[in-house]
Amino acid sequence: MAMVTHTRRNTPSQPGKKTFVHRTRAYWARNGPFWIMAAPGLLLIFIFAYAPLPGIAIAFKNYRFNLGIWGSEWTGFTNFGYLFATKLTGRVLFNTLFMNALFIITGTTAGLILALLMNEVHHTVRARFYQSAMFFPSFISAVIISYFVLALLTTDTGMVNHLLVQAGQQPVPWYSSPEYWPVILVLINLWKSAGFGSILYLAGMVGINPEYYEAAKLDGASKLNQVLYITLPLISPVIVIMTLLAIGRIFYADFGLFYVVTRNTPQLYPSTDVIDTFVYRSLKQLGDVGMAAAAGFAQSIIGFVLVLLTNMIVRRIDPDKALF
Amino acid sequence: MKSTVAARPATNYRFTAFISRSLVHLVLALFALACVVPLIMIVSASLSTENGISQYGYTLLPVEFSTLAYEFILRDPTQILHAYGVSLTVTAVGTLAGLTVTAMLGYALSRRTFDARRPLSFYVFFTLLFNGGLIPFYLFMVLTLSMKNSLLALIMPLMVNGWNVLILRTSFSQLPEELLDAARMDGSSELGIFFRIVVPISTPVLATVALFMMLGYWNDWWLSLLFIDKPELYSVQYLLYNIQASLQAIQSDPRVLQALGGIELPAQTARMAMAVLAVGPIAFVYLFLQRYLVRGITIGSIK
Repeated sequence: MAMVTHTRRNTPSQPGKKTFVHRTRAYWARNGPFWIMAAPGLLLIFIFAYAPLPGIAIAFKNYRFNLGIWGSEWTGFTNFGYLFATKLTGRVLFNTLFMNALFIITGTTAGLILALLMNEVHHTVRARFYQSAMFFPSFISAVIISYFVLALLTTDTGMVNHLLVQAGQQPVPWYSSPEYWPVILVLINLWKSAGFGSILYLAGMVGINPEYYEAAKLDGASKLNQVLYITLPLISPVIVIMTLLAIGRIFYADFGLFYVVTRNTPQLYPSTDVIDTFVYRSLKQLGDVGMAAAAGFAQSIIGFVLVLLTNMIVRRIDPDKALF
Repeated sequence: MKSTVAARPATNYRFTAFISRSLVHLVLALFALACVVPLIMIVSASLSTENGISQYGYTLLPVEFSTLAYEFILRDPTQILHAYGVSLTVTAVGTLAGLTVTAMLGYALSRRTFDARRPLSFYVFFTLLFNGGLIPFYLFMVLTLSMKNSLLALIMPLMVNGWNVLILRTSFSQLPEELLDAARMDGSSELGIFFRIVVPISTPVLATVALFMMLGYWNDWWLSLLFIDKPELYSVQYLLYNIQASLQAIQSDPRVLQALGGIELPAQTARMAMAVLAVGPIAFVYLFLQRYLVRGITIGSIK
């Protein structure tokens, strides 16, 4: 490289090339070190995020392992046809949207309540103690959570059934009763993420000017009225934005929660089978790779459009909170 | 102004204030308790006798205290030691390499003199908005990269994450430019500036990101589920995920039954002891470094 530029610099009869060379050299002098520093990261992102993308073609092919991705026959939208023909699709789609909607509603409410309560704690040591405990579940893996849940819900020895029996009730075979799992999963999800979720609301509340509350107190407003007419309206943009961002991801389920915590129990599928678990099972157990890819691709596209859409709305409300 | 407030000393008001304050603490304390109770439950289960659990179920305190479960696991500790080795290797290598690569990329993208920073930031950011889904990723890893049953499959995909890049980019872009210019005047290269100036003054944010990466690696079971079949490559989390099956395998092995000498296999307690051994390092890290973690949550949310 240096050689080439050197010889070209010695041919003054080509002024156009000379400036080009100068510009390239100036570019590399300024940007070269940054390109070198960025290169490993850019390469890893390329390999693990961009290079697999052409594989989306499988969604439009009759994939055979022996023929490979590119040897398999193109079948257009047949896989999507299969996907919408199975009865499973309706159930999986319903469970994904229904459970995520439940998570959004309960998660937002619980996060708000916790933040409102935390906002009333002025004792620093106690506040830190509560928060330490509340954030702990966010750092526990789904595998460990599945053990917690097992200890609570095993039919013979689980804590819940023992308490039920002591209270004179019949024990419940939890792992074969799908009707209870929407509630169970909502509770686990709250346990896992409500503390973490409260911190954004709390940050918003801490930022509210205390003069509003002082004025309200002078007028004799009760605590409840202060919350209803000052706190909530002032942090409503945060609530709206968090909800919108969650809606943007409503087609993506928490695989750990629905697959590992339920111990992949087939009896529970009626209420716990979601898009992500369905795709995984299609790949690993059923072997219908084409249909799984079609489901995954549909999820990606719809998810992408939803994220763009919600971001657009968020930007209207508060440009600082938009992702881009 | 103050006197008007003080001039309304209705005991009634003070009483309701006391009640509501107590309620606040009660609810918070209950939720805080609920957050740590499951952990206490599995610790006490791991310290109970198998018989105690069969009879009284899982309880908050061990009914019949016993360390048999741990003795049973540690009688032949090769499997768990191996799993610890895998988890520690993956976590250490992944965090160190990942943090270096992520920080260098974040730094390059934060420099205003870097002409390509805008398109490249978009290149990073786009991965957060769209991905091809599981199937293309899985087939690419297995067929093109041949990463089935390779530790690289557990390390490399988690090394660079778009969020972490963006968090570090934001943090680096707030560094005082004069400081870096002064170093440039002294003839330092960009790489030298990065390692000798930027990294030392950015330790808080780097520590936070490193902690999140460590937790991500230690807690990961998803990549193992996809790419690992060989038991000698099981991480702690994945071993725990599979333990039910392997305990049943042990149970049906006549040699083990003979070695146990007629004692009932502590299946339930041993399982919980394994869970305690897996969550232990996390609880330990959490106790000492939660300041950074809590700060990390806020950084992440502010983007």
